[in-house]
Amino acid sequence: MSETIKQFLYLNRKAPYGTIYAWESLEVVLIGAAFDQDVSLAFVDDGVYQLTKGQDTAGIGMKNFSPTYAALGDYEVKKIFVERESLEERGLSLDDLQHLVWEDEDDDYAEKDSIKLVSREEMTAIMDDADVVFSF
Amino acid sequence: MPIEVNGKSFDTDEEGYLANINDWEPGVAEVMAKEDDLELSDEHWDIINYLREYYEEYQIAPAVRVLTKAVGKKFGKDKGNSKYLYGLFPYGPAKQACRYAGLPKPTGCV
Repeated sequence: MSETIKQFLYLNRKAPYGTIYAWESLEVVLIGAAFDQDVSLAFVDDGVYQLTKGQDTAGIGMKNFSPTYAALGDYEVKKIFVERESLEERGLSLDDLQHLVWEDEDDDYAEKDSIKLVSREEMTAIMDDADVVFSF
Repeated sequence: MPIEVNGKSFDTDEEGYLANINDWEPGVAEVMAKEDDLELSDEHWDIINYLREYYEEYQIAPAVRVLTKAVGKKFGKDKGNSKYLYGLFPYGPAKQACRYAGLPKPTGCV
């Protein structure tokens, strides 16, 4: 156990396929989740596409890893910030994204929403507040 | 090294994990367990089947911590601890049980 809890922010800016960034980021998050730090994820720019529903990778011969985002709650990752402006600029809304939840053990395993829509201004503050930012 | 199950040959990687998860059949787990001198009980199968369901849903093998918590919730609090899981799978629940289940080596598992 680490004595100092740091706020880690994983910043995701790229579309899910075409580069390896999105998958690498998700793997690092899952591995890092074992270290009891305060973890948040942020999705901005084309990164918002990573969370979209109904991904089908059959045509590009890559593994569709989008179901793995639904496992984040199991790994105690409960804070997923999505920038509203990035969604709007791409004609997307919250309804186009997967419904990600985490289970609150202290509240009879109630499912709670993980995704929070924030404005660009709020996102700036979130980045400012983080002790460590990993940009993917 | 490929393993032989009921006359069929299954490719594995250098650490003994099945090369193709879709090739898996229960006999694979039986043969792998036999090589480790382990007899598979219903309790072993609970974990193996759970791992396969988890992979099917999330496309990853769960971390040990996640598995332990889930087993406690699904099969009873007395089973949701590493002592119980290591009792079943002495080489480590993630590594050994995932291998029997035909899953790739868990992410972050060294």
